[in-house]
Amino acid sequence: MSFIYQKLMGGKSGLTGFIILAALILVVFPLFLDLFRLNLVGKYLTYAFAAVSLVLLWGYGGTLSLGQGIFFGLGGYGMAMFLKLEASSPENTAIQSTPGIPDFMDWNQLTALPWFWEPFNSFTFTLLAILILPAVFAYIIGVAMFKRRVGGVYFAIITQVIAVILTILIVGQQGYTGGINGITDLRTLNGWDITSNSAKYIFYFVNCILLLTVILVSRYILTSKFGSLLLAIRDKEDRVRFSGYDVSNFKIFIFCFAALISAIGGAMFTLQVGFMSPSFVGIVPSIEMVIFAAVGGRMSLIGAVYGTLLINFGKTAFSESFPELWLFLMGGLFISVVMFFPNGLAGLWQEHSPKLTSKLVLLKTFFIKKDKSAERESLAEEIA
Amino acid sequence: MSSATDFTLAIENLTVSFDGFKAVDDLNLYIDKNELHVVIGPNGAGKTTVLDLICGKTKATSGSIKFLNKELTHLAEHEIVRSGVGRKFQTPSIYENLTVLENLEVSYPHGRGVFGSLLFKRTQKVIDKIQSVAREIMLEDFLETEAGLLSHGQKQWLEIGMLLIQDPQLLMLDEPVAGMSVKEREQTAELLNRISQGRSVLVIEHDMEFVERIADKVTVLHQGKILAAGDMHKVQQDPSVIEVYLGH
Repeated sequence: MSFIYQKLMGGKSGLTGFIILAALILVVFPLFLDLFRLNLVGKYLTYAFAAVSLVLLWGYGGTLSLGQGIFFGLGGYGMAMFLKLEASSPENTAIQSTPGIPDFMDWNQLTALPWFWEPFNSFTFTLLAILILPAVFAYIIGVAMFKRRVGGVYFAIITQVIAVILTILIVGQQGYTGGINGITDLRTLNGWDITSNSAKYIFYFVNCILLLTVILVSRYILTSKFGSLLLAIRDKEDRVRFSGYDVSNFKIFIFCFAALISAIGGAMFTLQVGFMSPSFVGIVPSIEMVIFAAVGGRMSLIGAVYGTLLINFGKTAFSESFPELWLFLMGGLFISVVMFFPNGLAGLWQEHSPKLTSKLVLLKTFFIKKDKSAERESLAEEIA
Repeated sequence: MSSATDFTLAIENLTVSFDGFKAVDDLNLYIDKNELHVVIGPNGAGKTTVLDLICGKTKATSGSIKFLNKELTHLAEHEIVRSGVGRKFQTPSIYENLTVLENLEVSYPHGRGVFGSLLFKRTQKVIDKIQSVAREIMLEDFLETEAGLLSHGQKQWLEIGMLLIQDPQLLMLDEPVAGMSVKEREQTAELLNRISQGRSVLVIEHDMEFVERIADKVTVLHQGKILAAGDMHKVQQDPSVIEVYLGH
C-alpha cells in the first residue's frame, strides 16, 4: 500500500493532483461535453502522451528532443496500416484494378501489397509493432548519439532532422505510405465500426486510462533511484560518470521509454481521429509537443496534460475566429511562459496553492473574529 | 609493458600531448598502500591533468597507468571507478537539487545499471551505510538538507563522502581545502588522516601548511615533469623547488 502511495502517486500532493486529473478527464468531460467536443478532447489527450514523454526526457533528463513526432507518427502509422488493410478487403476494393490492396497503392500503379505491409494484417503483430518498433528506432538513434556523447543542442537538431527526413520519406513514397494525404478512410477494427458513437466513447476512455497508467509508470521511474540519477545527470553529468555509472545507458533508456509512450499516443490518435498523415510527424507537431510540455511545466507529469489541453483548447477557439493569428499567439505564449513562468502551469500552481490555502485560513479567522466581536457587541447591548 | 608491483598505483612513462604541447611528459609516479601522497606544483604544472588521466577523463598519448596491477588506460570512466578509483573534482561537484541523503544514496555502489536502479530499494543496510559515512564527513545532522544549501566546506565534505561510500582503494582529491575557513581546514586534515587508513589517497593542493599536516610523501610537478619527490621537509629544502616557486 505504501508502495502504491509513495512510488506511484508520489505522496500526498501527487495523489491529489492525480485524482483531480482523473476526475476531470474520466467524469467531468464526458458529463459536460457533447460527443464531438469529447472526441476533440480525446484527440488532444493523445498529444499529452508525447508531452508526458518530454517531461521525462527533457524536464528530468535534460535532453531536449525536437522529434517526438517521429515516434507519435510511427505509432499512428502502425495502427493506420492495420486499419487500412482491414478496410481494403477485396469486396470493398472490387472497383480497383488490383482489388485487395489499399486504394492509394492502386492509384500509384502498385499491383501487390509491399512485403512490409504484410505483417500488419495481424492485430497482435500491429500492437507489438506499435510498442516495439518506435522503441527500437529510438534505441538505434540513442546508441548512435549518447554513446558518442552527443547531447544538448546537437541532439535536438539531429532529432529534428530525423523528423524531417521521415516526413519527406512518407510524402515521397506515396505508393507505399499514402503520401501527403496520409492513410485515410479507416472504417473498422476487427469488424467493429470505429466511427460509431459507442466506439468513440470507448476509445476516449481507453485513451484516458492508458494516459493515467503512463503517468503512474512514469511516476514510478521518477521516484526510483533511476529518477534521482536522471536529475543528477542533468545537473552534473561528470559527477555521475565518475561515480561509476554508464551515463549513456540511462539516457538511451529514457529516450526509448519516451518513444514508446509517444507511440501509444499516436496509435490512439489514429483510432479516435480515423486517419494518420505526415502532418503529425514532422517539425511543427514535434515543436508543438515541446510547447505543451513547457506550458504545462516541464517538471510535472500532470502539468504536461493540462498544458496540452490548454494550448489545444486555445488553438481550437482562436483558429475558429482568427485562423491566421493563431500561430503568432502560440509563439507569443511559448515565449512568455519560458520568460515569466519557467515552471509552467505546474509552477504557478505550486507557487500559489500554499498562498491560496493560507488566504483561506486568514479569511476564516477573520470571519470568526467578526463573529466574536458581534457577540461582544450584543453582550454589551444586553448589559446596557 | 611493465611487471607486476605491490603498488596501489604505478604510473610509468605517462605522456599526454595536446596539439604538440606536452601537459604531462614521461611521468613516473608510484603510490603505496596506505599512503597519503600529495602532488604540488605551480599553475599549469599538469597536476589536474594527471588526475584526469588516471580516472579516464583524458586519454593518455603513451605510457601506462596500473591500478592494483590492472591497466587503466583503455578502460571507460565508469569501469575505472568500478575497479576502485574515486575522484573529487576541484569545484564541489554535488547534486544541488537533491538532499544530502539522496546525494549519498545516488553514489551508493549498487543499482548501477539501468534496471538495477529502477529496482533499487532503500534497505536498512543502505541507510546504515549512509549514516556511517555522514558521521565520518560531519554531516549526520544535515541528511535531509538540500545539498545546494550547504556551506562551501560542507559541500566539499559531501563530495568526499560520495566517494567514501564506494569504498575506493584509491581516492583522488583535487584541492580539497580551496576556499575553506581555517577551522574547516583543520577538520578536513583530520578527516583525510582518518580516511587514508586502509586505502591510498592522492591529493593535489596549494596550501603548504595543509600539505605539511597531511602528507606522507610529496611530489613536485613542474611543466609536466617531476621536479622533486620525498617527504615535505626534504622537498622544501630542494633548491630547484625553491627556484620554481620563488624564481618567477
